[in-house]
Amino acid sequence: MNFTLRKKFAAVAAGLLLTVALPGAGFAADTIKIGVAGPHSGDLASYGLPTVNAAKIIADKINAGGGINGKMIELLVEDTVCKPEVATNTATKLVSDGAQMILGGICSGSTKAALPIFLNAGILVMSPSATNPPLTQSGEYPNFHRTIAPDDAQAKLVVDFAIGKMGYTKIAVIHDKGDYGKGFAEFAKQFVEASGKAEVTLFEGVTPGQVDYSAIVQKVKQSGAETVIFGGYHPEASKIITMMKKKRLDATFISDDGVKDQTFVKVAQENAEGAYASGPKDTSNNPLSKQAVQEHKDTFGSDPGAFYENAYAAMLAITNAAAKAGSTDLEALKKALQTEPVETPLGPITFDERGDAIGVGFSIYQVQNGQWVELK
Amino acid sequence: MDYFIELFFSGLSRGAIYALIALGYTMVYGIIGLINFAHGEIYMIGAFTSFIVATILSILGLPLLAIVVLTGLAAVVWSASYGYTIEKIAYQPLRHAPRLSALISAIGMSMFLQNYVLLAQTSDFLPFPSLIPDFHFMEPVAHIVGSTDLVILFTTTVAMIVLTVLVKYTKIGKAMRATAQDRTMAMLVGINVNRVISATFIIGSSLAAIGGLLIASHIGQINFYIGFLAGIKAFTAAVLGGIGSIPGAVLGSIVLGLTESFATGYVSSDYEDVFAFSLLVLILIFKPSGLLGKSDTQKV
Repeated sequence: MNFTLRKKFAAVAAGLLLTVALPGAGFAADTIKIGVAGPHSGDLASYGLPTVNAAKIIADKINAGGGINGKMIELLVEDTVCKPEVATNTATKLVSDGAQMILGGICSGSTKAALPIFLNAGILVMSPSATNPPLTQSGEYPNFHRTIAPDDAQAKLVVDFAIGKMGYTKIAVIHDKGDYGKGFAEFAKQFVEASGKAEVTLFEGVTPGQVDYSAIVQKVKQSGAETVIFGGYHPEASKIITMMKKKRLDATFISDDGVKDQTFVKVAQENAEGAYASGPKDTSNNPLSKQAVQEHKDTFGSDPGAFYENAYAAMLAITNAAAKAGSTDLEALKKALQTEPVETPLGPITFDERGDAIGVGFSIYQVQNGQWVELK
Repeated sequence: MDYFIELFFSGLSRGAIYALIALGYTMVYGIIGLINFAHGEIYMIGAFTSFIVATILSILGLPLLAIVVLTGLAAVVWSASYGYTIEKIAYQPLRHAPRLSALISAIGMSMFLQNYVLLAQTSDFLPFPSLIPDFHFMEPVAHIVGSTDLVILFTTTVAMIVLTVLVKYTKIGKAMRATAQDRTMAMLVGINVNRVISATFIIGSSLAAIGGLLIASHIGQINFYIGFLAGIKAFTAAVLGGIGSIPGAVLGSIVLGLTESFATGYVSSDYEDVFAFSLLVLILIFKPSGLLGKSDTQKV
């Protein structure tokens, strides 16, 4: 018993020694070590592997061009399986291997678990896909950044559009009681109330699949709302908007990217005309975006997968920041991220002080002549 | 007051739809004491048949009235043949088996039909053509009740009257009532019980098909899963009214529709189902046989 305990102690002590010793070694070497953490095996691997590919493509390009300020990029690819308990091990390993920046954290949950370890080591983390709002908004993880808009950004955009652009003062918020729809609706309600310029006249959930929604539509009408903000997916949205037209409810309909789908227009037909919804900004015409996709095809012989462009943008952002800052010190990198715009497939981006990318996000779309059209 | 009337009408038209489906549950239960859980799927099949037939007919360029009539007929015939077939293959062989077996068979049939339509058609939501034109009434009627609500109410009323006449004054109706009272006795006096049971399934399925057509046209979309919730609600309505009783199914449906509508309107749609099912529990506590049901209790 005593013996095994002592053995364990020795192992832990050796481990601690390594963690202290190796970052020093990392700085001394002529490489910049970038850890790539994400699910590379298991059922979520398809979300993590495109990020590894993006990192490889950019690292090879930079290395071929002489590296960052003369230092070559070395990638440390480690699997998190999107499991928090694995992610903490991965993080410890990356820190002890001398990673100076981290690309990744694909799932919000495992990213959150790993963040304190990276924060203690003073390492910048840039995620292409973790959308959980508190990661940036809680202020607990000043080292965390992302190139994807957080979940609440849609609600913010929708509310700003409804109040700021359209000038509505009475807003009914309806949702489908699901995690996504209700989460969106709750953020929307919160932003409407915080604006001080408009009131939420109604906040209610409907049962998906219910035979008809006339009663809720009448209630919206009774509440005097000028617009309905709906959180949920297109089947309920098309039923509600059809019923709104049938009941002669003269209010506009604004929804989320669960509704910004061609099926919505197909099912609701002419009733969908004029409806608004938020959806990811259309960046497919961006030359850099086309280039990034082409590079993936040339290198790996296949189309890129999920979050590839966000990962490509994230890798560009951290390598650019390292080049501009001339070091991988957290504060210097953060300053560079906030002040030095970088051209990415998602458009030119910088970061706010909380770590969210400015310039990445959602647009408002409107159904015009049976098509979703991005409103500029 | 306007608001109250609006909610009343939307509850009424929802109740009318429930009634068309609930009658199938209650009639089958009345005759053979089986809860036909595949009945909601018959309603769904009625809606799908209407969708297909109406689409083909409108491509052929027929006038709207002809489309509606032919679509309605096709939906009724097709759904009735499904109802008939289901009874023959899933229930008749189990007629003398324990009741639980038939119940499980019914649930299996429901799953089978859902997946069958899913595979044969699509899992997507499909836009349903508006077979009932959406008239613009004059104010103040316009915002109280729409033309589709009126058509639903009217059709349901006509269907009820036809059904009542059928059960009360025709030979097959008399045979149905006799079979419901005592199957063995009915057989002894020369009633072809199998034919009566088949007729019951055909009538119930026809009504469900009309319900499917009306509601699909009213809300403008269908998919393979619409029968599930509608079926559960209609079954609830049938129990509420007293399962086995035809006027009870209608009353139960109207009560359920109104309860849901007023609960949404005056409390919150979050609790729509909570109110509906609380009402059911209350009624079953104080009147276990349902509103108009007979008071002899039987095991389901």
